[in-house]
Amino acid sequence: MHNVTGKAFVFGHNIDTDQIYPGRYLELVDPQEIASHCMEGADPTLVQRFTPGDIIVAGRNFGCGSSREHAAITLLHAGVGAVVAESFARIFYRNAINLGITLLVCPEITKEVNEGDILEVNLGEGLVINKTTGKTIKGEKLSDYALEILAHGGIKPLFRKITAQME
Amino acid sequence: MHAIEKILARASGKDTVTTGEIVKAKVDFAEVNDLYLQTIYSFYEMGGKKVWDKDKLCFVFDHYAPAPTIKSAQIHKEMRQFVQEQGLTHHFDINTGVCHQVMPEAGVVWPGMILVATDSHTTTHGAFGAFGTGVGATDMATIMISGELWFRVPEIIKIEINGQLPEGVMAKDVILYILGKLGADAAVYKAIEFCGSYVESLGVAERMVICNMAVEMGAKTAYMVPNQQVLEYVKARTNRPFDILETDPDFKYAESYIFDISQLSPQVAVPHSVDNVVPIEEAPSVKVDQAFIGACTGGRVEDIKAAADLLRGKKIHPHTRLVVIPASNEVFLEANKLGYVEDLIKAGATFSTPGCGPCLGAHEGVLASGEVCVTASNRNFPGRMGSTGASVYLASPATAAAAALTGHLVDPRTINKGVE
Repeated sequence: MHNVTGKAFVFGHNIDTDQIYPGRYLELVDPQEIASHCMEGADPTLVQRFTPGDIIVAGRNFGCGSSREHAAITLLHAGVGAVVAESFARIFYRNAINLGITLLVCPEITKEVNEGDILEVNLGEGLVINKTTGKTIKGEKLSDYALEILAHGGIKPLFRKITAQME
Repeated sequence: MHAIEKILARASGKDTVTTGEIVKAKVDFAEVNDLYLQTIYSFYEMGGKKVWDKDKLCFVFDHYAPAPTIKSAQIHKEMRQFVQEQGLTHHFDINTGVCHQVMPEAGVVWPGMILVATDSHTTTHGAFGAFGTGVGATDMATIMISGELWFRVPEIIKIEINGQLPEGVMAKDVILYILGKLGADAAVYKAIEFCGSYVESLGVAERMVICNMAVEMGAKTAYMVPNQQVLEYVKARTNRPFDILETDPDFKYAESYIFDISQLSPQVAVPHSVDNVVPIEEAPSVKVDQAFIGACTGGRVEDIKAAADLLRGKKIHPHTRLVVIPASNEVFLEANKLGYVEDLIKAGATFSTPGCGPCLGAHEGVLASGEVCVTASNRNFPGRMGSTGASVYLASPATAAAAALTGHLVDPRTINKGVE
């Protein structure tokens, strides 16, 4: 699994899916339109400042609230390099892994990262290197099944293999 | 093992499961709501042709019922086409209500089952002793193909609630109180069992309110041992055989909490977080623009009754709107039969189509910037019910009705009940 390097955007605890992707845009289906509202409820200026490969850093319970997959889709199509949080809400976590988004649980991350720091996320080892401060921050390794999904680029390519075998 | 673990073990063909283990479980029933057209696209993208079992999958049109925009009309159109092509046995169109109310009513929820839906509030069905959990579109598409889903066997938190609620205080106040004490991330990736003398005494509607909001603590699922009221409710609606799996006496919970609610006051979650909870005595007496009674948390007959009892023979404040949305058509008919609909309309309420209503800011009473809403629904996140500049206070249906009457956030116990 390759490493991801990008600039950090830092958020607080309990960033819910209405902040990641407001409910009033749920009827949109075009990925680029969905991406244009990324994190709008938390920071409407983010999309202008965000470049593909950048990294979202957050506190506890990132992605809590609704089961809307748009929250993961908007981050995917905005080109997020990785999301590193102290903990994730369960449905968001599943949605993001299914879409092939690099996620890492890192209990100390917000203490060790400032907005704009350059981070390298090493998913295989489950750690983050803050290139700006030189510090290494330990995270939790993903389960084997989650790593398998990510290695396939998401659950869709994995299931396409399975449905092809079913025929 | 806990009952929840036994449900997971049975569904994954194992004798035992342990916390942290990843299991692949067979899903007994799956539901897609009308936010999730993506599930159909993902189903085909992954090579799906026929759903795994046409009796075990349904669509419920509740978030956009009836369609408020051309885009949502298109969603409904494509979903109806899929339902017909696949020959699905169950379908709930715009004339039914919120998924978490219409599924139990239709008899597709029973103790010991695994229910998966594209909605976070699927924890509601713990009220029936079912394992209910929410997923996103892609997870759902994999179920539509395979009939299975992987689960991590969760740690289980025990929340014992004892005592008898004082007059004027409701199940919604109880779960808000617990949420305030434990926090919005208290149960992330974990399951919650609710038990205790209060829970044992509860009717179906109140049990659903409490399990519904377990997800606001991050819970994967909620569980209550089915009581007599639940068994009667389920048996009246399905002929399907079921059994109740019991927790072993030596089961060790990850955490345990005990609450006594005998002295509880009405509770309010003030903006902008579900766990920002204070008793009504400490809540600011803000001016209220809209009160909302409805959705999967607060739109049952009992909730509408609480409002009708408070407002019968009175008029709501001229500067305040009261939006009431019954959770289902069945609820609407029952509330109508009992006279509550007339009471509320005469008091100045606005009724709308059974469904989710303005709870998620899609239609039927969204908020402008600077407006204040007191709501019996479940979330007060910034922008949840409309503008990010609006302020949402979560409370019981009685507190919402009192706000509609006085135009302010007030203690519903200070209002004299309406005339009979």
